[in-house]
Amino acid sequence: MEIVVLVKQVPDTESLIEIADDGVSIKTQDIKWVMNPYDEIAVEEALQIRDAQSGSVTVVSMGPAKAAETIRTALAMGADKGVHINDPAAEGSDPLATARILAAALKELPFDLIIAGHRAVDEDNYQVASAVAEFLGIPQISMVIKTEMADGRIRCHRTIDGGTVVVEAALPALFTTQRGLNEPRYASLPGIMKAKKKPMAVKTIAELGIDPATVGAANRKIRVAALNFPPQREAVRMVEGEAAADKAAELVKVLHEEAKII
Amino acid sequence: MAQGVFVVTEQRDGAFRKVSFEAVSEARRIADSLGTDVTAVVLGSGVEDLAGELEKYGPDKILVADDAALADYTTDAYSNVLADLVASVDPAVILMGATIQGKDLSARLAARLDAGLAMDCTAVKVSDGKLTCTRPMFGGKIFADVQIEGELQIVVIRPNVMEISENAKQCVVEKPAVQVGEVKTAIVDKNIDTGDKIELTEADIVVSGGRGTGGDFAVIEQLAAALGGAVGASRSVVDEGWRPHSDQVGQTGKVVSPVLYVACGISGAIQHLAGMSTSKYIVAINKDPEAPIFSKADLGVVGDLFDVVPAVTEEVKKIRG
Repeated sequence: MEIVVLVKQVPDTESLIEIADDGVSIKTQDIKWVMNPYDEIAVEEALQIRDAQSGSVTVVSMGPAKAAETIRTALAMGADKGVHINDPAAEGSDPLATARILAAALKELPFDLIIAGHRAVDEDNYQVASAVAEFLGIPQISMVIKTEMADGRIRCHRTIDGGTVVVEAALPALFTTQRGLNEPRYASLPGIMKAKKKPMAVKTIAELGIDPATVGAANRKIRVAALNFPPQREAVRMVEGEAAADKAAELVKVLHEEAKII
Repeated sequence: MAQGVFVVTEQRDGAFRKVSFEAVSEARRIADSLGTDVTAVVLGSGVEDLAGELEKYGPDKILVADDAALADYTTDAYSNVLADLVASVDPAVILMGATIQGKDLSARLAARLDAGLAMDCTAVKVSDGKLTCTRPMFGGKIFADVQIEGELQIVVIRPNVMEISENAKQCVVEKPAVQVGEVKTAIVDKNIDTGDKIELTEADIVVSGGRGTGGDFAVIEQLAAALGGAVGASRSVVDEGWRPHSDQVGQTGKVVSPVLYVACGISGAIQHLAGMSTSKYIVAINKDPEAPIFSKADLGVVGDLFDVVPAVTEEVKKIRG
């Protein structure tokens, strides 16, 4: 079983995000960068499937030099090898261009199964994994909370609004992870030491057969016109009162008579 | 030349998701600004009678893609059928709801059609024939105004945000022939929550509990029931195993935009705030007057949730009878 995991380095969800002076990008200097939390779940699931089925786990990421940290983290968790697509020409690519580059990298790798987070918690586009599956012509199963493998097929329990469905597909296939699938392991100290010796290939997009003039910030189909902070609410109004019952009565009165929402 | 607004509605087991009405209403507003038409599509099996329910929101045409193979949603069948319909209609804008199904389907379709897509939008403005979509990023810490380049723009709207408005037009219903094409996935089992449970992302009222509940959600559930709302939870509650993942509100859970959000015993971690900050009205109940949640709330009550929440439930029952 050859498994490829797509990972992305993103700002930690506890990070404060600030808008840069250009008004269309964020300040990056004070951010703590981590592996996208859904991708950690993807790496963990890949390791579990590999350990049950034998085979290998390859981690693929696109990003600047520091994105190598995220690949190393996955290798320290137990993945076997990494591919880092590091090319200034790819910087600022939109989801479709990113997916085209990743799909080109995947065409050079053997794979039975591709696993990715269902979204990256930076731009929240929910698009790259689906687009990779489309460009490779393979089925996708999104937001998976349980997997079973049998006879060259994968069976995934996926969340839908108001329930779950079980979806089956022949391999090769791609699925995306949702919280609840597993609890990602932490990289152990021996794992971190071993990761330093694991192979990590660095590729440019030209090496993947992608014309740099078709990707990157200049070729985005989605252009950011402005970034804004969410509208600020007015200062909180505290409900006064002695006992809980008094406060509750006042609260409901405001909601009913002033806000008119109950 | 591509023109018109094409709305992909969503139904399950013969009932439309609410966001479908929001999407058709928004499509009508966009089409009126652009001086063009709205075509709505209904996909499913045995869904012809449903088309009429959309008419009052103002589409000019409704296409019913009816086929036994569309009874359950699969990415392949739905994207195959839609890609054909889009090719024949040649719209300038595709609109759909950012439900779990809508996100999966729109992403695949955008790649198939090589079209730009703005996901999970909370507002769409039209000026000089160009759309500007507002969409939260970084879990709602930042709102981006984005524009889509190209002949075809795909706009996927966050449920519970756009206004539903009735604006009936002369409407034609057509039932085009459907080619489901190659389907590589099969639904082998379904487990749908039965009963009256309200889906979190569609609820008008959400009552959420945090670590302050200590895992006891009885008072939260009672208030939600009295208000006719859904129950949500913070990440720590889900991490403790007190509530299922499907109840989690936050940057790594569900994003909700109800009319009223009641946060009980939730301190207000930044990743939780991301999941509920587009709520229209926020009430916080917490015994710590310094809890960050109060800085994001409209109305705050300092007190023990086990005292305050049952008292609120009683007061709600008085006015709701």
